[in-house]
Amino acid sequence: MFGWEFPPFNSGGLGTACQGLTKALSRNDIEVTFVVPYAPDALNVDFMKMINAAKVYGNIKNFKIKKFDSLLAPYLTSKEYDERFRLAKLHLGDANYGSNIYEEARRYAEAAKLIALSDDFDIIHCHDWMTYEAGISAKEVTGKPLVLHIHATEFDRTGGNNNEYIYSIERRGFHAADKILAVSNYTKGKVVYHYGVPDQKVAVVHNGLDFFEETFHESEFELKKHFKTVLFLGRITIQKGPDWFIYTAKKVLEKDPDVRFIVVGSGDMEQFIIEKAAEMGISKNIIFGGFMRDKDLAKAYKLADLYVMPSISEPFGLTTLEAMRNGTPCIISKQSGVSEVVNNCIKVDFWDIDLMASKIVEILHDENYRNALSYHGREESKGVTWDVAAHKCIDVYNILIANGGQNG
Amino acid sequence: MVSVCFYFQVHQPLRLGKYKLFDIGYHKNYYNDKKNLEVLQKVANKCYIPANRLMYHLINEHPDFKISYSFSGVLLEQLQQNYPEALQSFQELVDTGNVELLAETYYHSLAFLYSKNEFDEQVALHRKKIKDLFGAKHNPKVFRNTELIYNNELAKHIENLGYKGILAEGADHILNWRSPNFVYRPIQTNNIRLLLKNYKLSDDIAFRFSSKDWKEYPLTAEKFGSWVSSVNGSGTNVNLFMDYETIGEHQWASTGIFNFLKNLPKEIKNHPDNNFATPSELIKKYQPVAELDVHNFVSWADVERDLSAWLGNNMQKLSVGHLYMMEQEIRDSGDKKLLEDWRRLQISDHFYYMCTKWFSDGDVHKYFNPYDRPHDSFISFINILNDMEIRLKKLKAEKANALSAPALNAPMLSAPRLGKQIFDRI
Repeated sequence: MFGWEFPPFNSGGLGTACQGLTKALSRNDIEVTFVVPYAPDALNVDFMKMINAAKVYGNIKNFKIKKFDSLLAPYLTSKEYDERFRLAKLHLGDANYGSNIYEEARRYAEAAKLIALSDDFDIIHCHDWMTYEAGISAKEVTGKPLVLHIHATEFDRTGGNNNEYIYSIERRGFHAADKILAVSNYTKGKVVYHYGVPDQKVAVVHNGLDFFEETFHESEFELKKHFKTVLFLGRITIQKGPDWFIYTAKKVLEKDPDVRFIVVGSGDMEQFIIEKAAEMGISKNIIFGGFMRDKDLAKAYKLADLYVMPSISEPFGLTTLEAMRNGTPCIISKQSGVSEVVNNCIKVDFWDIDLMASKIVEILHDENYRNALSYHGREESKGVTWDVAAHKCIDVYNILIANGGQNG
Repeated sequence: MVSVCFYFQVHQPLRLGKYKLFDIGYHKNYYNDKKNLEVLQKVANKCYIPANRLMYHLINEHPDFKISYSFSGVLLEQLQQNYPEALQSFQELVDTGNVELLAETYYHSLAFLYSKNEFDEQVALHRKKIKDLFGAKHNPKVFRNTELIYNNELAKHIENLGYKGILAEGADHILNWRSPNFVYRPIQTNNIRLLLKNYKLSDDIAFRFSSKDWKEYPLTAEKFGSWVSSVNGSGTNVNLFMDYETIGEHQWASTGIFNFLKNLPKEIKNHPDNNFATPSELIKKYQPVAELDVHNFVSWADVERDLSAWLGNNMQKLSVGHLYMMEQEIRDSGDKKLLEDWRRLQISDHFYYMCTKWFSDGDVHKYFNPYDRPHDSFISFINILNDMEIRLKKLKAEKANALSAPALNAPMLSAPRLGKQIFDRI
C-alpha cells in the first residue's frame, strides 16, 4: 500500500483514513506493507513532533510500515515543496531530493519499483495522486493488480482551479488502474465525469470511523456553559468552506448576538478569515483554536453545541462522523460523501447561508431537537466502521486475484 | 536665546500571553509575566540605570541642566514589583530638583478617544501614583498624552482639568510654514500652552544616531550643539522629545550614545545664549507666538504621524471597540480586579502589535512585537475579552443569587454611571 502520510505524522483526514483502513484490513487477516514518504526529522518541525513510528505501530499484527525518505507531504503545494527543498538543502546539504514536487513524485515512483521487488504481495493499493506514479511503476515491474483509492481529486482540492500536471497524473493513474475505489458516490461521479473513466471500473468504499472514546470532566467545558457554541473544524482552505462559515455566522449573530463560533484548524485562508471577521464586525464572536490533534479534537467537538461542515466539495468528510460519535449535532454540506451514509443530521447546500443560519438558530434554541440529533447521530455513526470498508476492499482484492488482475 | 527642553517617555507595557480556546472561562493569567520581567530587566540594565547615572552626573556637573520625564503607571508598577533598585535610581534623580515630571494616562491608553470619563480617572490615578512614589511636591502641571496623540479637543479638555501645558508632535502637516521652536496656544483656549517636538533634531538622536547611511554620521556633540545654536534668532526653544530607551536600548552603548550625551550639555552651553529648561519653565519664560489649530489627531508614530499604528486596520478597531463597549458593565460589576484587567487591556501597545503596515515602519513594529504575527496577538486579545465576558456573567449570576437569598442584608454597592457608545469616536 502506498500512502502519503500516516498518523501521528498526518496533517489531515487522509492519514486518518489510511490508518483506519489499514487497521481494519489487518484485523481481517490481510497483511499490509504501508509505504510512506517520510521527511527527515530536521524538516518536520512545521508539521508535527516526530516520535518513533515503529514504537507506535510495532504491535499491530499483519502490519509493517516502510519509510521512504522524501520531502513529499500531503496537501503540499508546489510552492511549499520548494520551501521544503530549500530547507532540506540547508540542513542536510546535497541530498537526493527532486528539485520540484513533480520530480520528487517521480523519484518516489522509481523507488517504488525496488520496494515492490523486495516484498511479496498480491495487490498494489495506492492513496491519492502523489502515489499513483509509484503504483504504476510497481505494477510494471511485478505485474500485480493495481487499485487506486481516491480520497480527493484535484477538482475537490482546488474548487475547480486545477493544476494541469496533477490532473494529468490522476488521469493517467485512473486509466492504468485495474480498479478504482472512490470514497463516495459523489467522488465517483467526479471521476467518471471529469476523467472519462467507465462507470463500472469504479467501486464506492465509504470511509468509516474507529472510535476511541475520550473522557472529560464536565468542568472542562466552561465556555459552553456561558455561550452557545458552533464549531468549524478542518483545514482552513477553500475546499472546506471557512468563508461560508463566517458569512453564516454573521447571519446567525443578527438573530442571536451571544453565539460563539469556534474555528479549529490551520491553513492558507486563516489570515483572510481572521481579517474578514474583523471587517464584518463579528470578531468577538469568532474564536480561533488553531491546529489540534488527538484528545484536543475530541474536546473541541464536545465543546460545541453544533458542528457545521460547509465544504464546497467534500469527497467524504470524516469530521462529520467524528462529531456525531462525540454526540455533537451536525449541519453538513450536501456536496459531501458522508451525506450518503448518515441521515441523522441536517443537510444543506454550502452556498445557502440563509437556510444554514436559520437551521443553526433553530437547533441552538431547541434543546429537544439538539438532544435527538445528538443521540441518533451518535448511534447511527456507530454503524459506519472501517470494517465495512475493509470488507469491500477485500472483495475487490479477491475478484482481482481470481481474475488474474483483470477487472471483474 | 534658545532653551533646550529634554523630555523622555518611560514606558513598558504589560504584554499579554498566548490565550487559547481552552483557556477561555478559566481566567488563566492574561499576562506574559516571564517576557515582561525579561524585558524590564533588560531595559533597566541597558538603559534606565546607566542613563540615570549619566543624568545624575550631568546635573552635578552642570547645575543648570534640566530634564523632564513622564512615566506610565504600568511601568512604575512593574519597577516597584520587579526592579525596586531601578525605581530608586529614578527617585534619586528626581530628588535633585532639576527634573520635572509630566502627567499622562496611568495605563498608557487611548482612553481619550473612547471615554472621557475613563481618561479622567486614569489621569487622576497617575497623579496619585506620582505623588506616592516621588513626593507630594510633584504635582504635574504639564500633560502629555499616550504617544503624543493630540488634537484641539484634547487641549481644551486638558485646560479644563487645570494643566498649564501640553506636548505634541511638531508634524509638518499641522505646522505648515511655522516652526516648532516656539511656544504656541491651542486654538479656542486661554491658559494652556502647546509645546511641539522638534522632530528633526529629536530623531537625529533617536533614530539616525547610529545609522551609517546617514550623511551626518557620526554625530558628535559638537555638531549637534551647533545645530541647536543655529536656531538662535529664529526660535526660542528646541524641544527634544524621545523614548528614554533611546539611550542604551534603541541606540546601544556601543554606538557611543552615552558619550555623546555626556558631552552635549557642555557643547550646547558653548553658545552663551543657550540654556536648558523644563516644559513648565518654557511656558513661564515665553509668550505664545500664535494659536495653532489641530483638528485631526496627530501622534509621534510612524511616517504618517497619525493614529494608524494603533487603529489602522479592522482587527485593531474591533479590539479597541469591543473593549470600551464593556466599560459600563465592568464598572457596574464593582469588581476591582476585573476593572484593573480591563484597564490593563487598554495599554496602547496591545493594538500596536496588531498593526499590519508592513512597509517602512513595519520593521519598527516587528522589533517591538512579542508575537510572530499581528493576527496571533489579535486572537489572544479576543480570547481574553471572551474570558472577561464570562467573568462578568458569573458576577451577575452571583449578584442575582445574593439578591434572592433572604438572609442577605449587606448594603448594595452603587457603581458610578459612566461611559457611552464608542464606535463613533474615530
